[in-house]
Amino acid sequence: MFTLTPSDYNAILLSIKVAVTATVLALPFGFAVAWLITYGRFRGKLVLEVMTNLPLTLPPVVIGYLLLLLLGSNGLLGQLLDSIGIRLIFTWRAAVIATAVVGFPLMVRSIRLAMESIDPDLVHAARTLGASRLNAILTVILPLSLRGIIAGSSLMFARGLGEFGATIIVAGNIPGVTQTIPMAIFEYASSPSGDTMALMLCVVSIAISIVVLLLHEYLCKRIMRAD
Amino acid sequence: MELHIALQKNFGSFTLDVDSTLHGNRIGLFGPSGSGKSTLVSLIAGLQQAESGRILLDGDLLYDTNRRINVSPDKRRIGIIFQRPHLFPHLNVKNNLLYGFKRSTAGNRTIDFDTLADVLRISHLLDRGVNNLSGGEKQRVAIGRAVLSNPRLLLMDEPLSGLDDTLRFQIISYLKSACEIFAIPYFFISHSILEMRLMTDQVLSIEQGRIIEETTPEHLSRIHMGLNPAGYVNLLKLASSYQLEDMRVYLWGNAELFISGKNDQPDSLFELSSKDIILFKRHPEAISARNLLQCVVTGIFESGGKVGIELGCGDERLVAEVVHQVVGELDIVVGSTVFAAIKASAFRRLG
Repeated sequence: MFTLTPSDYNAILLSIKVAVTATVLALPFGFAVAWLITYGRFRGKLVLEVMTNLPLTLPPVVIGYLLLLLLGSNGLLGQLLDSIGIRLIFTWRAAVIATAVVGFPLMVRSIRLAMESIDPDLVHAARTLGASRLNAILTVILPLSLRGIIAGSSLMFARGLGEFGATIIVAGNIPGVTQTIPMAIFEYASSPSGDTMALMLCVVSIAISIVVLLLHEYLCKRIMRAD
Repeated sequence: MELHIALQKNFGSFTLDVDSTLHGNRIGLFGPSGSGKSTLVSLIAGLQQAESGRILLDGDLLYDTNRRINVSPDKRRIGIIFQRPHLFPHLNVKNNLLYGFKRSTAGNRTIDFDTLADVLRISHLLDRGVNNLSGGEKQRVAIGRAVLSNPRLLLMDEPLSGLDDTLRFQIISYLKSACEIFAIPYFFISHSILEMRLMTDQVLSIEQGRIIEETTPEHLSRIHMGLNPAGYVNLLKLASSYQLEDMRVYLWGNAELFISGKNDQPDSLFELSSKDIILFKRHPEAISARNLLQCVVTGIFESGGKVGIELGCGDERLVAEVVHQVVGELDIVVGSTVFAAIKASAFRRLG
């Protein structure tokens, strides 16, 4: 029988909430960084590239630990936020930050690939036709990298659903507060009678992923047709 | 239009170093690939910056390294027609055309959309996407888009080199009529002498990043005659007259020219290579060439080891090319009379 407990529902909703928030939050930054890497000419570009891609190669636990150091009550940013009354660690917001950091390189990568395939002369044409730099970004680069933006967002969202290592360190595994699908599965799997429940959540995970992939395909097809 | 450019820019071993003031509305920039033509276009449009120098267009300072002035490309009002159309793939034809128009200041808008669409014959394409247009249609839309941005100067960066011959001459007439009707001065960049002659009144020759001379398109083609495999290309604008078996007869000044093939256009442009004209000192009794013209030598010039003979037929002029020996043997001097024989098949229709 396919049954879910109220805490499972909470975990599912929280997973979606965290992944969506992280993706939406990362989108403007992802676009900006992709633009800087593709079109920028400045010192330290390589550093930016390496820093952006670092979370892709680092173990998520390391990222989580570094975030804990940074955002914890003794951390540089943590103290600052503490003084204005914001606590991040062990809240769902911390899960959002961890998810955003881990998924960020995937988003930048997809947008960047799309941007690199845009003919630079299209941007030049726009500039000589009277578009300011920002206007050319909004009216030429943005619409032409839409496919990369959609691909990057769905990739990051899907990756966010599965985020475990960094999240468990900065947000913990508090049922109803920071427990996402992977955390709940982890908990079921470590109890002797949790096999069926773990499997239920796996099915939910698979279902969400399939929906995301289908949505991605659908959106890309629509853009292709519009072209 | 008055354009003053004094610019220096280095790329590794290549240096662009120009200093010129241009007056006129149909100016050409001629040079081989790699001579710095496209770089100069980018510098004038503001898409690249020179290391030092200044650009002054009709009294407006657009770029000056000494005074740290660099007007951004969107404020220069200089349009570009690129080698390829570079239409925005996410916009339809109408929105492509209006992209620059919407961004131009109302006070500068002199171009009427419908008139231009008619001139370029793109009125029926407005709602189409740009990805399923033909090559010629795309380039016409690109011309329209640049003209509609109401530029005070149009830079044409080899706009014809991506097109086949038939299309090339069609697009030339669109380019010319759009610029003439709306009085837009242009700077036409190409490595083709023929295009220079059809599009410009004066030409700057650029080689290895330096402007080596300022000349007329006619003079340019004469000095290149000897080295050009096609020789000097005579351009003849002919009015069609009547059909004679498998030849068409055209009026050329006071004479008639017999040209192979059929043609139902009232006016046509033909090219005739200087190498396809044979000169006789006296009237030959019987020859296979269908055209035999009595001409007076109006000029003799030297080019790349060959001799160009300018022939006057009434008010019309032709240039024939011969080797040095011939000049002595036929006793050709300015004022002497010769007979020029041209085969009916030697003429090539351009458009």
